[in-house]
Amino acid sequence: MLTIVDYGVGNLASIKNMLKKVGCDALISASESDILAADKLILPGVGAFDTCANKLNESGLLSFLNKKALEEKIPLLGICVGCQLLMEKSEEGRKRGLGWIKGDVKKFDQQHMTENMKIPHMGWTDVELNKPSLLFKNMHEEPRFYFVHSYYPAPVNSDDVLMYASYGYKFAAAVEHDNIMGVQFHPEKSHKFGMKLLENFVNNY
Amino acid sequence: MKRIRVIPALLIQKRGLVKSIQFKDHKYVGDPINAVKIFNEKEVDEIVVLDISATAEKRPPDIKQIQEIASEAFMPLGYGGGITTLEEIKTLVAAGVEKVILNTSAFYDPELISEASKYIGSQSIVVSIDVKKNILGKYKVHTNNGSKNTGVDPVEYAKKMQEAGAGELLLNSIEKDGTFGGYDTSLIRLISSAVNIPVVAIGGASSVSDFALAVKHGASAVSAGSFFVFQRPHRAVLISYPSQKELKEKLFEQVT
Repeated sequence: MLTIVDYGVGNLASIKNMLKKVGCDALISASESDILAADKLILPGVGAFDTCANKLNESGLLSFLNKKALEEKIPLLGICVGCQLLMEKSEEGRKRGLGWIKGDVKKFDQQHMTENMKIPHMGWTDVELNKPSLLFKNMHEEPRFYFVHSYYPAPVNSDDVLMYASYGYKFAAAVEHDNIMGVQFHPEKSHKFGMKLLENFVNNY
Repeated sequence: MKRIRVIPALLIQKRGLVKSIQFKDHKYVGDPINAVKIFNEKEVDEIVVLDISATAEKRPPDIKQIQEIASEAFMPLGYGGGITTLEEIKTLVAAGVEKVILNTSAFYDPELISEASKYIGSQSIVVSIDVKKNILGKYKVHTNNGSKNTGVDPVEYAKKMQEAGAGELLLNSIEKDGTFGGYDTSLIRLISSAVNIPVVAIGGASSVSDFALAVKHGASAVSAGSFFVFQRPHRAVLISYPSQKELKEKLFEQVT
């Protein structure tokens, strides 16, 4: 069973609908038992890092998530701020992330961008793979994804970077460390590319 | 190569999908959910849905229908029509709308733009400007789905909207709407040179070359209605979208 962790942030229907499209009947849930019973987890997140970190703390689900991710090592995919939460901390706030992947979340630096490049980075951007991954199996040519963000994950270990994208400069668009994966973009809004990625997450792990 | 956003705009009237000519003669073209499903298949990178009957009927957005559309839209979705309050904007965002589009309410209540852009960020606030020439050939802003001439100059208005917090402008030419006569490129140039925020051109597109022309005149992105729902010459309903190859050759590579 794939559970989408509902800790009170954002609209999760699009993620569930796209999973349904690839043949996975996911559960949106905030209950301990649904998280403990899951063999795959999706950790969503939109908005501010601290807001998401606080809500995740208040949900009382942290110890269960740690158990699933670190002890049982089930496949877990963070999306957007859910991906940022996998890191240790963020330049956006003071709260700690889950710290499952070493490194911080950094803000786009306007100094390294041309004036007409706006923050947040919003729109479709091509990505390049940094290492082979089952998430990218049979991916369509010239993969591109839809991004809306001002911050991005910056793993200490470059082996943890799964994809790079460029906006003013190169940044990590996705991370993968053992069973823990995160994508800064929105697969649920990235039609065939996002669908292939989620299908791979469902079928290949 | 720079990707240019090419955005189908779907008009909704009484829950059905319609298309107009010069904001009149609305023809029923099908079911909006079905259209969105087809656009998913066609790798459309962004979609805009405008409920053109909401303001006229003095009613708020039909959240239930928008939710249905959003849950089927596997691409970013913009919605406009009947929005008058920040609460409605919050509800729309929670329903899965990425960009909120304001037209009549932006004109009469620019404070709403400021409030909304503070709440969801200016990148998600689009002001839609419908423009028509008066008998002296001067461009004027129209509201209420084109039915009301405000007498306001669109250049001044566009600047004011940017100032208020709009992150993007959807610039529509009423005369060109549904005509397949090409975009009003002078209007595009006039407005895009007056503001720093992206201008999305709509009204009149008949080919991918028209998209390129709009971008050359200053548009950051292009949108169209009839071009994506009709097949000429007889305006038979056929939902289509140019292939990536065509977009690349005739648009992306032409403007960079």
